[in-house]
Amino acid sequence: MSKIVAKTGNEAMAEAMRQINPDVVAAYPITPATEIVMIFAKYVADGLVDTNFVAVESEHSAMSACVGASAAGVRVMTGTSSQGLCLMYEILPIAAALRLPIVMCDVNRAISGPINIHCDHSDTMAARDFGWLQIFSENSQEAYDSLIQAIRIAEDPRVHLPTMVTTDGFIISHCLDKIEILDDKDVTAFIGQDRKANNRLLDLKNPTSVGLLDLQDYYFEHRVPVAQAMKDSKKVILEVADEFAKKFGRKYGLIEEYKLADAEVAIVALGSTCGTAKVVIDELRAKGVKAGMLKIRVFRPFPAEEIVKALSNVKALAVLDRSDTWSAQGGQVFTEIRSAFYEAAKKPKITNFIYGLGGREIDLPQLHTVFESLKNIDKQPVVQYLGVRE
Amino acid sequence: MDSTVEIRWHGRGGQGAKTAALLLGEAALSLGKNIQAFPEYGPERMGAPVASFNRISSEPITIHCSITNPSIVIVLDPTLMDSVDVTAGLPDNGVIIVNTKLCPADVRKQLKLKGGKVFTVDASGISKELIGREIPNTPMMGALVKATGLFDIESMLKDTEAKLKKKFAAKPEIVQGNVDAIRRAYKEVIGE
Repeated sequence: MSKIVAKTGNEAMAEAMRQINPDVVAAYPITPATEIVMIFAKYVADGLVDTNFVAVESEHSAMSACVGASAAGVRVMTGTSSQGLCLMYEILPIAAALRLPIVMCDVNRAISGPINIHCDHSDTMAARDFGWLQIFSENSQEAYDSLIQAIRIAEDPRVHLPTMVTTDGFIISHCLDKIEILDDKDVTAFIGQDRKANNRLLDLKNPTSVGLLDLQDYYFEHRVPVAQAMKDSKKVILEVADEFAKKFGRKYGLIEEYKLADAEVAIVALGSTCGTAKVVIDELRAKGVKAGMLKIRVFRPFPAEEIVKALSNVKALAVLDRSDTWSAQGGQVFTEIRSAFYEAAKKPKITNFIYGLGGREIDLPQLHTVFESLKNIDKQPVVQYLGVRE
Repeated sequence: MDSTVEIRWHGRGGQGAKTAALLLGEAALSLGKNIQAFPEYGPERMGAPVASFNRISSEPITIHCSITNPSIVIVLDPTLMDSVDVTAGLPDNGVIIVNTKLCPADVRKQLKLKGGKVFTVDASGISKELIGREIPNTPMMGALVKATGLFDIESMLKDTEAKLKKKFAAKPEIVQGNVDAIRRAYKEVIGE
């Protein structure tokens, strides 16, 4: 039997990890993700899981240990945030290139400097080109559900790529929320008992070398399949989501459309901001404004075709980025969406708002300002910073 | 949004403002409500002013920004009224509940509050007598229920007792003390 409980985002992720019962967890604590591993370590100490918990001295070591364990063919998870994720960057693309289905709980937080512990998407967005699937969560329920689905997606033979599921630091990680926790047995049945043994790289019976020097003659051939697997993963993500919906009732896609069908003005956002934006859109709809939102749940692989299709009838669009590329051409989400629309016959006028860096509040009046600006989209700059003091 | 009740707790680090918000959230959930409970996101230091928040609604709650216009404010430490603007954002029909020996009229005067409803209860005294030390957060939950009629006191007590039993498995006397303190504050809170 599933049960309705109150859990913070971190508690929800730790609970999903308990039910997943991974073979190995290697992690190092960092705010605001610390609790996930702390709670899970207690489950290990209390004998509630069979996990071999590896307490390491840094995130670099954590990801290295995850790579080794995953190469041996077992189910591996970890959790981190911000500078911790940055310290993993050297190893993240190795996990992808070795096609290791490691699943990570990643709590979105600003990166230094100056030092800041609060939410933005800079840490996760900087990891977008390392071959990891990236799933964002609007709330604790989505984080919990997506973490369970991530095991299936990552381990699918058509994908076999590492996957990170993210929550927004403090806003979700530390907010007590109502969520439905599935029955342990149902989770076990959904993800399957074990990772498929034939996927292991390290095998005593068939010894091979892993992580060797690979120069001009073969490196290229070993990198391109990651792109193909990333492309193929879209279908798998949707298949797993469909099965999840059939069994447990909650439906997920690559994107979520909120009142978009007849929308004339719309925004694109990721994570917790989408929940707040739903309130603003309801308020605008009550006044007769045809407002809508496209929420990106899966950022890697990037659902370009789905986004173009969903937004093609919108007249004016604001893309909200909680991170910056520092290219002076806008945030990560904006640049990818604008690029996706290049060949489209029908497209909205698009502007970019970079907002909420370092946990700067994003509230209802600010989101109303964004929608208000869409009335005069021709006068908007390509990129602007929302709510920043001059 | 009108169906959502927003609450702000003021306390000092160590007084249990965060725990009170979490307990209230869990109690409201067990009574079938949708809830959020979250602390002010920042470094917590013993004795420094802190705040925590609740949203309680019969509808699903999707909003994730902070609470700036709470309809209910609870002050765990009366000395905060000297240094923190505890009525900030409180609407004219808002409710403020203060842990103090003062009567509501004196608190209203001190806060220069014209509208709204002011409630007071000596939660510190109650907790010292019934729990054995000064932890005003749980009795203030009793005062809140009486002042606002948010939910039925007996149902709330039942849930809170179960939660505290889990948390203080090794100290059962604390559980009974807390339950008695909530009930006493429910009875003794006065308002105007």
